[in-house]
Amino acid sequence: MKTSSEKPGLFAASFAAVARAIASAVGLVRTHPWLSATSVVGFCAVIAVCTLALTLERPPLHVVQTGFRGTGMQAVFNDHDLLAEARLQHADAPLPAVQLAGRPASEVYKNVKVLGAVDANEFLRLMAAMTQWVAPATGCAFCHSLNNMADDSSYNKIVARRMLQMTADINRDWKAHVGEGGVTCQTCHRGETIPSGAWFVQPAPYGTRGLTEADSGQNIVSPVAGLTSLPYDPLTPFLLQANPIRVTPTSALPSGGVRPSINQTDWTYALMIHFSDSLGVNCTFCHNTRAFEEWDQSTPHRVTAWHGISMVRAINRTYMNSLVGVFPRAMRGPLGDEAKVSCDSCHAGAYKPFFGASTLSAYPALSQVSQDWTPPAAPGGAAP
Amino acid sequence: MSMLNYEPKYRVRGGTLVGGDLFDFWAGPFYVGFFGVTTIFFTLIGVSLILWAASLGPTWNVWRISIAPPDLKYGLALAPLREGGLWQLITVCAVGAFVSWDLRMIEIARKLGMGLHTPIAFACAITAYVTLEVIRPVLMGAWGNAFPYGIISHLDWVSNIGYQYLQFHYNPAHMIAVTFFFTTTFILAMHGGVILSSLNPPAGEEVKEGAHEDAFFRDLIAYSIGPLGIHRLGWFCAMNAGLWSALCILLSGPFWTRGWPEWWSWWLNLPFWK
Repeated sequence: MKTSSEKPGLFAASFAAVARAIASAVGLVRTHPWLSATSVVGFCAVIAVCTLALTLERPPLHVVQTGFRGTGMQAVFNDHDLLAEARLQHADAPLPAVQLAGRPASEVYKNVKVLGAVDANEFLRLMAAMTQWVAPATGCAFCHSLNNMADDSSYNKIVARRMLQMTADINRDWKAHVGEGGVTCQTCHRGETIPSGAWFVQPAPYGTRGLTEADSGQNIVSPVAGLTSLPYDPLTPFLLQANPIRVTPTSALPSGGVRPSINQTDWTYALMIHFSDSLGVNCTFCHNTRAFEEWDQSTPHRVTAWHGISMVRAINRTYMNSLVGVFPRAMRGPLGDEAKVSCDSCHAGAYKPFFGASTLSAYPALSQVSQDWTPPAAPGGAAP
Repeated sequence: MSMLNYEPKYRVRGGTLVGGDLFDFWAGPFYVGFFGVTTIFFTLIGVSLILWAASLGPTWNVWRISIAPPDLKYGLALAPLREGGLWQLITVCAVGAFVSWDLRMIEIARKLGMGLHTPIAFACAITAYVTLEVIRPVLMGAWGNAFPYGIISHLDWVSNIGYQYLQFHYNPAHMIAVTFFFTTTFILAMHGGVILSSLNPPAGEEVKEGAHEDAFFRDLIAYSIGPLGIHRLGWFCAMNAGLWSALCILLSGPFWTRGWPEWWSWWLNLPFWK
């Protein structure tokens, strides 16, 4: 019986060829002596281990001992991380000194509100430095109308005045935290108009309302708490509001004052991880973890940090909050609040900003800021 | 001491790893062996050194005695005896004694013609110790990265080293190790509970046997691995507990210096939900 002699099309022919090739390849593999369940599982395991190894770091290390030997009071750094951090922590060299004009800026320039007492030439030098620190890309126009430098229509200029007052206040009243090295605009800004550590009050994350235990954002990754599932926004209660941070009771029984609980501890833990990540250190930089609460077992850094907490609260409540109506809506947070300061704003990953390098003394004008001026009242009402 | 009925089988010559018939005898009920001698040697010297080092410290309170490793500045070199050198010698003696005892266990297992499950199990514990006190300090470049010998002080060390990585429970190998620790104790405790109740029936009931354990767990959780298999599973989980905990501290430092929560960024950055 004669079968159909219809020739297969090109597609069918190539399909058959590919199928034959696959079949013979599978046949080869199926009969290969190395093929067994064990070797397949082993191969997959090797691939998995090698892939996971890529997520880790590699030596060399840099270990610093900070306490008596054998107590584990030490800091471990990876040299690759340190090199990357050192590049980030590079402060600009101060601008060349200028000859003083002998006249204050208020006599030479119009509408100088907070730097009026500064020598006119030193004033120009500071303006140049601030441009370099805050808005190197946009230049003077970031704050000023280039047709009329005295014009106050840019909200950035209002913010800059308030920030100058804040900088002077920090350097004068918060030496317990910033030391003699002090801060300049560059400490936070580092060439950015918005410092990287700025934060806003966070609404409760999606899925944390209704029947859930709490709206703290538990079990949602919190970037500010080092990618833990600890409370999502530990900055609002502790660095804006002044809720107590201590969770270890001072007496054997929980009587009065401190309310120790796992819930409260999670909030404090989240804040502490923010501290650690901001400073690039671990818990033992300040604490001996055998007794977190004991001051006489802690390192001197804990005292500096304690003043820092008060300082950040004061900055956020006195200076940042006074600008809530000055910032346009687009520059405010999801709840309409102004940008705020965290430890990361200045530290940016180093235990001391710029690893302790200071350029404050090169700009004496920063200590001559007038505190008499106040920013215009908030038209949009107070911050939350 | 009377001879137990399996002792004639146990007391056979041979099966030694080194030395042939040297020390292949019993002292009372105890097998000596070449590695029994080295165990005694390292133990006597090590314990004497511990007493010496403790006498140099401020207290004889057993909870608070601490013999600390050298300062980091000595690196991997020898330190003065009073500044960590004694810790170094004690560590040598400890490793010597532990390894000797394990090799002696192998010899006894060979005499009994049994498997090497018990010496392998003890080797896992030794591996964890050697990882903490030798391998990790060597990788980190200083003996000062090891833990001190003291009941409270080594716990303080564990606490501080754990907080070096901000939240140690996010260490993936630690997660696996803890799971194996809890699993092995849990399943062996369940097995032990059934055995105790089977062998101690109420008045008037008969002692029950292996089939009873199978029936009990098939009723309770729909599966029984069996009276023999439960020991294999318990052994497997216990070995993994020791090895994964050794791995979790080996990674911490040499291969990871930041907070462990941060390690999971690779998972958070997977393209499926990033």
